Amino acid sequence: MSILTVEGLDKTFGGLKALSGVSFSVKKGEILGVIGPNGSGKTTLINCITGFVRPDEGKVLFKGGDITRWRPHKIARIGVARTFQVMRPFYSLPAYKNLIIPLWSPRARKEGGWRGGGKHGDRDTVAIDILEEIGFERDSRVPYKLASTLPTGYLKRLELARCLALRPEVIFCDEVFSGLSASEVASMLPLIEKLKMGGITLVLIEHRLRELFKVADRVMALQFGEKIAEGHYKDVIGDARVKEAYLGIEEI
Amino acid sequence: MEILLFGIINSVTLSLTALGFTLVYSISRLPNFAHGALYVTSGYIVWLCVNTLGLNYLLGIVVGIVATAIIGALMYRLIILRIRGMQISEIIATYAIGLAIIEGLRWGGLRGSTFTLPSFLAGSIEIGGIAVDHQRLFVLGSGVVVFAALGLFVKFTKTGLALKAIAQDERAAMMLGIDSDRKALVSFALGSGLSAFAAVLILPLGSIVVETGYNVLIYSIAVSIIGGLGSWGGAIVASFLIGFAQILTEVFLSTQYQMVISLLAIIVTLLLKPSGIFGKQKELDDRV
Amino acid sequence: MSDGRDRKERIDRGIKVRSDGLYAVSSLREMLYLSGPRILLIAGLLLLPLLLDPFPYWRRVINILCVYALLAIAFDFLANCVGLVCLGGSMFIGLGGYFAAVFNVHLHLPVYLSIPAAALAGAVVSTLLILPCLSLRGVYFAIVTLMYPLLFTRVIEAFDLLGGSNGITGLDSFPGSYLENYSILLILLAVLFGLRRVLNADIGLVMHAVKDNDQSVRASGIDVVRIKALAVFIASFIGCLGGAYLAHVYMWAGLSLFALDFSIIPIAAVTIGGGGVLFGAVVGCLILVPLSEFLRFFGTFRIVLYCTVLTAFIVFKSEGLMPYCTRKYQQLERWADA
Repeated sequence: MSILTVEGLDKTFGGLKALSGVSFSVKKGEILGVIGPNGSGKTTLINCITGFVRPDEGKVLFKGGDITRWRPHKIARIGVARTFQVMRPFYSLPAYKNLIIPLWSPRARKEGGWRGGGKHGDRDTVAIDILEEIGFERDSRVPYKLASTLPTGYLKRLELARCLALRPEVIFCDEVFSGLSASEVASMLPLIEKLKMGGITLVLIEHRLRELFKVADRVMALQFGEKIAEGHYKDVIGDARVKEAYLGIEEI
Repeated sequence: MEILLFGIINSVTLSLTALGFTLVYSISRLPNFAHGALYVTSGYIVWLCVNTLGLNYLLGIVVGIVATAIIGALMYRLIILRIRGMQISEIIATYAIGLAIIEGLRWGGLRGSTFTLPSFLAGSIEIGGIAVDHQRLFVLGSGVVVFAALGLFVKFTKTGLALKAIAQDERAAMMLGIDSDRKALVSFALGSGLSAFAAVLILPLGSIVVETGYNVLIYSIAVSIIGGLGSWGGAIVASFLIGFAQILTEVFLSTQYQMVISLLAIIVTLLLKPSGIFGKQKELDDRV
Repeated sequence: MSDGRDRKERIDRGIKVRSDGLYAVSSLREMLYLSGPRILLIAGLLLLPLLLDPFPYWRRVINILCVYALLAIAFDFLANCVGLVCLGGSMFIGLGGYFAAVFNVHLHLPVYLSIPAAALAGAVVSTLLILPCLSLRGVYFAIVTLMYPLLFTRVIEAFDLLGGSNGITGLDSFPGSYLENYSILLILLAVLFGLRRVLNADIGLVMHAVKDNDQSVRASGIDVVRIKALAVFIASFIGCLGGAYLAHVYMWAGLSLFALDFSIIPIAAVTIGGGGVLFGAVVGCLILVPLSEFLRFFGTFRIVLYCTVLTAFIVFKSEGLMPYCTRKYQQLERWADA
């Protein structure tokens, strides 16, 4: 059951063709990995799907409805969330206050059952609950720490928490594993599984292949803006074109 | 016929006045609100050279252009360089400087309409039965030459290409070894010089009034909004649109409507296509 | 045993730490420390007209000062809390003033109705005029707000609209000069505290987020354009309120309402007094407006002066007076061994 379908996405920036006829489907509840060397158009793909960049051609369908060229906030409101590769949380605020903004949005208020604008207590509780879900230990007061004091691992989780506050159906994760040590990534994996078990569909754009392959149900490979392979990860990395794209790939 | 002729002349005149502004913005992404001030200042400097220092007119013009370019460069070096990157501060600073210059000139004596610059070529010729003075034709010709020259400069010289590179992607340009600050300095100086150039060409058609500083700024802004901020093609097209519209209203309605045309054009643009004619949608939401 | 390089460190004063929590209510001294400045502000402002009773000229100046303060607060709000630089504050004064004139003279609304009505009308028109550029880059906002007042003057003059160069005369004045003083003072205080409440609420946080990282806000499902429009509406309401009031004080609405002073003094006031803390804007005005009165003699030189000082403050990245004073009040500096 496909929850998100992309058909023939094209995008050109000046002289550079960033996306060329990309088409794929994401099944509800699955984890789809998207891999490809730098410059293959992965981030542009997310941007086009989530409304931050207008594709030149092509369609994006969410649950059957056409959301191509919708504005970013509208797309977020119907349940398609995304993380940013370059995170800029509000450093001067405590971690849980960073979630006020998404919690304030109409969708969070509707889906989360939280009547926004009401007592601060309600909102703060919801924020802390979300952070707990995501792995911020309540006991050691982590949610109350200033975002500027948090290490990268926690910041990545905070970014995911931002998405979760919207109670999304699909989350596009732009390189959530980047910048983390091996052990930090190892502790992120159960979180990803947990999100999947909660019914959220995930699309993970990643460079860290070893870890990605542990959680992804299917994998798609891009190169120079084109889709060059799709399927189970073993098939994808066995594909000749993929091997050529990632010159020197080790046998995993 | 008359409309066509004066329309073209007016349009080119407009595009010349907007030239400096467009150049600086397209390269350093900085709206130079002191543009109008520099325009008037250059005219004043030339006047001073000619009337107070008794210099030869041509020499005075050269001094005026060079002096204005230097002022622009100094402005960049001393003030703007220090606040580069903080958009709010940049905007306020150029605005404040521009105002300070214009009002400073007004206070310093630039009042009334006694300050004039003589035309280069007196007399007029007849084209198709209409009298056109030589100065206007000279402006027309110079405008075309300047734009052509700039086009070539940007396409073919090293500095020109460097400037274009910075305009497209500052970081990438820096990685290639192009000193962005240095080139921004050059663009500021160049832009100021061009404002001066436009001024010395056009001011002889009227008198040097401080209000011109504001009017030039309004026109430059109008042209930029309608044509798309930083877009050369857009600036030229917009100048022609406004230029012709102005002539048409002058002929069929009355002179009062000229400013209104600019206002209406801006509002219409903002309503229909806010990024302007050649504005790129991509530029609206910058970093992702 | 210092290694020669001393550095300054800042630590909160004892009394600030002690008054930083619930326990503050237990000690009179700490309560005074906290509420002292605010009480001083309110009392000071309210007493001002009484103190200046023998100087009617300066009482007039208070009125003008409050109008400028309103504009400065609006500018501070837009620039430092939402990220929009408004270069044409005079647009609000002009719109508010002319609307008040029309409502009062042509529609015969009494003073206490024409002012709020004019503020509302002015705010609606301002927001509509600025709306198209809110989805574009911040630069457009600056450009457009710069341009509107300049254009309005020229259009009014060219078409001889709304009284042309002569303006609209015959507005009612206030029934009593103390009413004149206190109505604007109360409005100013109401705006100060009201806006503070807004900024401390969720919406204030969202606005700040829009300034810092609007992409993230968009991705969180919030329509950034709507938030900006709301901010513009609030700011223009405040500005037009001042303009409407001013028209009634002068009993005249004319082109001078679009004067450059109204655009530049708020900016200078906020830069000098400190941005982000609304009160800094008021402090800046307290300095600049009386100064402006003294400098009237020098003609437009005063604008040159403001601009130069403004630029100097910007270039030297001065934090402004209010933050400086606040810091001194709350923290002390001392040399520490590195």
